[in-house]
Amino acid sequence: MYLLEVADLKVKVENRIILDGVSFGLKSGEIHILFGPNGSGKTTLIGTIIGLPTYEVVSGRILFMGEDITGKSVDERAKFGIGVGFQNPPEIAGVKLGDLLKFCLGKSLEDEFSEEEMRLIEAFRLKDFLKRETHVGFSGGERKRSEILQLLFLKPKVLLLDEPDSGVDVESLKIIAGEIQRYIESSGASALIITHKGDILEYVNAKYGCVLLNGKIHCFTDPKHVYEDIKREGYEGCIKCQVKSEEKW
Amino acid sequence: MPSEKRGEMVELAGKDSLKSIPHKILEEAYKAGAASDEERAGTFFHIDTSTVYSRVNELFKGKVELMDIKVALQKYQWLSDYMWSAVPREGDAFTRRVAEDFSGGYFLRILPDAEVTFPLQSCMVITQENLEQRLHNIIIAEENSKAHLITSCLQHSTVTSATHIGVTEIYVKRGAYLNSTMVHQWREESMVRPRSAAIINENGTFVSNYICLRPVRDVQMYPVAYCMGEGSKAIFNSILYGHRNTFMDIGSKAILEGRESRAEMISRAVTREGSKIIVRGSIEGNGQDCKGHLECKGLILDDESFLQSIPELTARSKSIEITHEAAVGRISEKEIVYLMTRKLSREQAVSLIIRGFMDAGIMGLPETLSDEINRIIDIAAKV
Repeated sequence: MYLLEVADLKVKVENRIILDGVSFGLKSGEIHILFGPNGSGKTTLIGTIIGLPTYEVVSGRILFMGEDITGKSVDERAKFGIGVGFQNPPEIAGVKLGDLLKFCLGKSLEDEFSEEEMRLIEAFRLKDFLKRETHVGFSGGERKRSEILQLLFLKPKVLLLDEPDSGVDVESLKIIAGEIQRYIESSGASALIITHKGDILEYVNAKYGCVLLNGKIHCFTDPKHVYEDIKREGYEGCIKCQVKSEEKW
Repeated sequence: MPSEKRGEMVELAGKDSLKSIPHKILEEAYKAGAASDEERAGTFFHIDTSTVYSRVNELFKGKVELMDIKVALQKYQWLSDYMWSAVPREGDAFTRRVAEDFSGGYFLRILPDAEVTFPLQSCMVITQENLEQRLHNIIIAEENSKAHLITSCLQHSTVTSATHIGVTEIYVKRGAYLNSTMVHQWREESMVRPRSAAIINENGTFVSNYICLRPVRDVQMYPVAYCMGEGSKAIFNSILYGHRNTFMDIGSKAILEGRESRAEMISRAVTREGSKIIVRGSIEGNGQDCKGHLECKGLILDDESFLQSIPELTARSKSIEITHEAAVGRISEKEIVYLMTRKLSREQAVSLIIRGFMDAGIMGLPETLSDEINRIIDIAAKV
């Protein structure tokens, strides 16, 4: 059974169809990579799965462990176990990162972090940021590390990651990707990762790659293979390569 | 003030514990930022029309003087030169009323080079229905001294209606640092008119923090800092929470005369339940190479409330650099939804954002004092 299944999803943003019949499924322990040019709707897909109000579902369904969650609110989906790592998380003035991490863990503010939690905080080089306001004055890389750490602390069953490798130095990427891989192996969760540059492919063990183009998903095979094709032929090549997209993902 | 009342004050001042203050009043004072006198470098209590307690902590004797202003005026001839030198006696109807007659107030002097590591505190309390409390306070931060003061102005919970008029004149001498935090906890039928001004000399710094979180009928104030000395600095921060038909018109003005003098103003205002808040800020650059920045952020939570930000920036030299940023409006939906992806409900997300918006972190207070203020905000934000 799929942990997450998206069936023939059509989504509008400001009266424009962005996703025009997207279907796929994620099984336990799988990592899928989503490629696609700017503006192709990758972020829309992730935003729709988590339920952001900007995205209007015209038709289709989102199922989590077989249950239809298309009409659920954002916090309900989060409580089901869908976790999202945003590309550009907002600043939350006055709310300390340490406090927000405790909320993610389901702790109260008086609780301390466990040794293992502290180990992760230190691995993400965020110990000195715990008392700082969330994302206020953070660099791009610091924001990204904070975002992924929050996501891991939420202990989601499905991770939706929007460009976790953009604006991050190689060393941080190794840490981030390494911990994501480790979490998925140990928990049986699955992940959908959006990437532009493919840097993250080096560090995670992804099963499938696919391309979002013209509101539809094209192609699904070994992500490194997909990435090589895109580099060689461009996204134009993906449009021509219709054969594989007939398969069921 | 009748002389027997002063006698009572002196007697009480001789006691070395706040236990002489009625328990109920102390309890409310603690909720408004006051603490036991062991935790403070000095404590001053004025209840209704009498100064009932005034004591400097043993650890800080020789660093600080703290006494009733009327006692101080008798003790020091020179002090009269400081009366009405920063705040004009004829400023308005309220200053004139204090000039006519006032019941007391504190005289606080931080001696030259003294670093007062514990906060000082003053507490102004109203326990009589329909009282008009009139006070006159003077603070002198002598050269190279450093101190924090927390003032709690409050009204006993049994009193519904009262008026408070407080004149405060502040003198920050060369190289001195004075951080003054005022917490207002009035009641829904009160009128409040603080009238304050500070004169800051060379390389002196004056920080004024203002916190008003409980409903109040009408507060209006517009304190002024005159940055006279070279390199002098004035900072005004305020956290305003208007609910249950509160009206607040809160401003601050900095006049930059000294070369390279500076001003910073930060305000956070939240308005709901039919409240009105007007936040004014004025920075006037007159001297050479002066700089200033004014920041006002406000949240409005319903259609019955009103929020207005009125900034004024004035330059009288080409070397002036004064900037301003302001935003009023709704809570960011992006922030709410973001927190909801972290398993918070919409209501939890909204209150966390409001709480964070009003955090004492903007006030540059030492950690313990900042924690104390945050505890007060925690209680108020739970409404």
